[in-house]
Amino acid sequence: MMKQSLIYVGLILVLMILPIFFGEYYVNLGSQIMIAAIFAASLNLLVGYGGLTSLGHATYLGLSAYASAWLFSRYGMSHAYTAPIALIFTTFVGAIFGWISLRASGLSFLMLTLALSQIIWGIGYRWVDLTNGDNGISGLTRPTPFGINLENSNNFYWFCLLITILCLFFIARVVNSPFGASLKGTRDQDKRMSALGYNVWKIRWITFVLASFFGAVSGLLYIYLNKYIHPSVISITSSAEALLCVIAGGAGTLAGPILGSILIVLLKNYVSGFVERWNMLLGIIFLFIVIFMPAGMGPGFSQIKKRWFGGKP
Amino acid sequence: MSLALHVKDLKKSFGGIAVTQNVSLEVAPGERRLIIGPNGAGKTTLFAQITGDLKPDSGSVSIFGKEVIQLPVHARAHMGMSRTYQIITLFKKDTLAHNVVLSLLGIHQRKRNLFNPLLSNDVLYDQAIEFLDSVGLKNQAFRNVSEISYGEQRRVEIALALAQNPKLLLLDEPLAGLSQDERVMVSDLINNISREVAIVMIEHDMEMALAFAEKILVLQYGKVIVDGDRDSVVNDPKTQEVYLGH
Repeated sequence: MMKQSLIYVGLILVLMILPIFFGEYYVNLGSQIMIAAIFAASLNLLVGYGGLTSLGHATYLGLSAYASAWLFSRYGMSHAYTAPIALIFTTFVGAIFGWISLRASGLSFLMLTLALSQIIWGIGYRWVDLTNGDNGISGLTRPTPFGINLENSNNFYWFCLLITILCLFFIARVVNSPFGASLKGTRDQDKRMSALGYNVWKIRWITFVLASFFGAVSGLLYIYLNKYIHPSVISITSSAEALLCVIAGGAGTLAGPILGSILIVLLKNYVSGFVERWNMLLGIIFLFIVIFMPAGMGPGFSQIKKRWFGGKP
Repeated sequence: MSLALHVKDLKKSFGGIAVTQNVSLEVAPGERRLIIGPNGAGKTTLFAQITGDLKPDSGSVSIFGKEVIQLPVHARAHMGMSRTYQIITLFKKDTLAHNVVLSLLGIHQRKRNLFNPLLSNDVLYDQAIEFLDSVGLKNQAFRNVSEISYGEQRRVEIALALAQNPKLLLLDEPLAGLSQDERVMVSDLINNISREVAIVMIEHDMEMALAFAEKILVLQYGKVIVDGDRDSVVNDPKTQEVYLGH
């Protein structure tokens, strides 16, 4: 326990001093990874811990990013207002979409999440008066909390780091709480959980709402980083990418979505600069993971560690 | 005092097949009740309608005097009813102790706690280990369900049901698939359950089941054939015909 806390503190310290040694490009890459990690971790609540595979999670990142951008560009609202409004609005939509999607489970649940997210995507693309359509919304700014200028990429990195730590901490607490235990129970034996007195539907719905809230947080960071939003952010590709992060990293583990995000953001941004067909490379890596580490990179690496160095995984 | 379980005129059909036809059943508090009948007689279907997994077409089910037909499965569990499954339904990847903890949590306020970690030194785990002790599995408490034998898994099923401190216990073939030694062990376990608990059991092992039962309900093709005290049911020619005669 003690040792584990020390490792976490050490890791956070290392992450804190990293921007000092790297250029702006890499610092922004770091911010992107953290945003993707929060996003994937929020999806992991549903996919990994709840056994509810959603193919529409980009909706929540996108809605909160759009809400923040729209309120600013249309009404010139300050970030102090746009951020909470975007979070509340997105979580509220999550509550309704969750209520609809959870009428079903399994493949039908997946199709419902997909269908709902396609509606939002359609609005993003076609309702030009509202969303500016294919042109997206640009000309945005980053907030200045407590007078700290986040336009500076190092400051923004540290801001992201703080939010990421907070989000992952909360998600870890939820996962390890009695509620988290019941959530995993509903994933493994939903009938039995009902017979034991758990309201399975409610457990899943609360998880859906939590997942949309944390998705909304990553959406805010996304819009602050890019200062621009395009409807492709809420497309199925974007949802699938998050799902890929979760599965490649290790669904149902805390480290999984982080590892998956590192892999995919690096491939997408960094490797694509050198290898033109980076999607093919991603495919090959994914194939490799599925064959050699079927549970994902997190569990896969600890198994390799166990095999090579012995000791507990 | 109201009946532990009162089933009245229960009807259920799947398409044209009537699986439950006007079944009525009364179980007093603390009673030992056996349900027998050939395969496909509708015994498990009857259980499913009592627990709420299956909605009957008509009829009523009350538990301790309260009508539950409109209540969902999870709400019925809070009224003092527990069950075991014919096909083992446990959390295979988790430890025995965690399985029982989930059962304890199911009727505990703490399941609503989203923030405080549930650690393995929690008081719930201590309680879980006590229940595992009562089914003779204390030493295995921190092994995974997938690592223990089938017979032991059957005992975990019972531990899960007992952990909720039920007043009405539904056992669906608790001896299915067990060896002779295991049968004796699980029978002893069931016979030692407090007399305050009403038990309704489906079982094919006649030797054990008849020793256990005070009253017996015989089902065939979804209909009640005989219902009454053990001896009168056993001696009834209709029972002999549909079941014991084979």
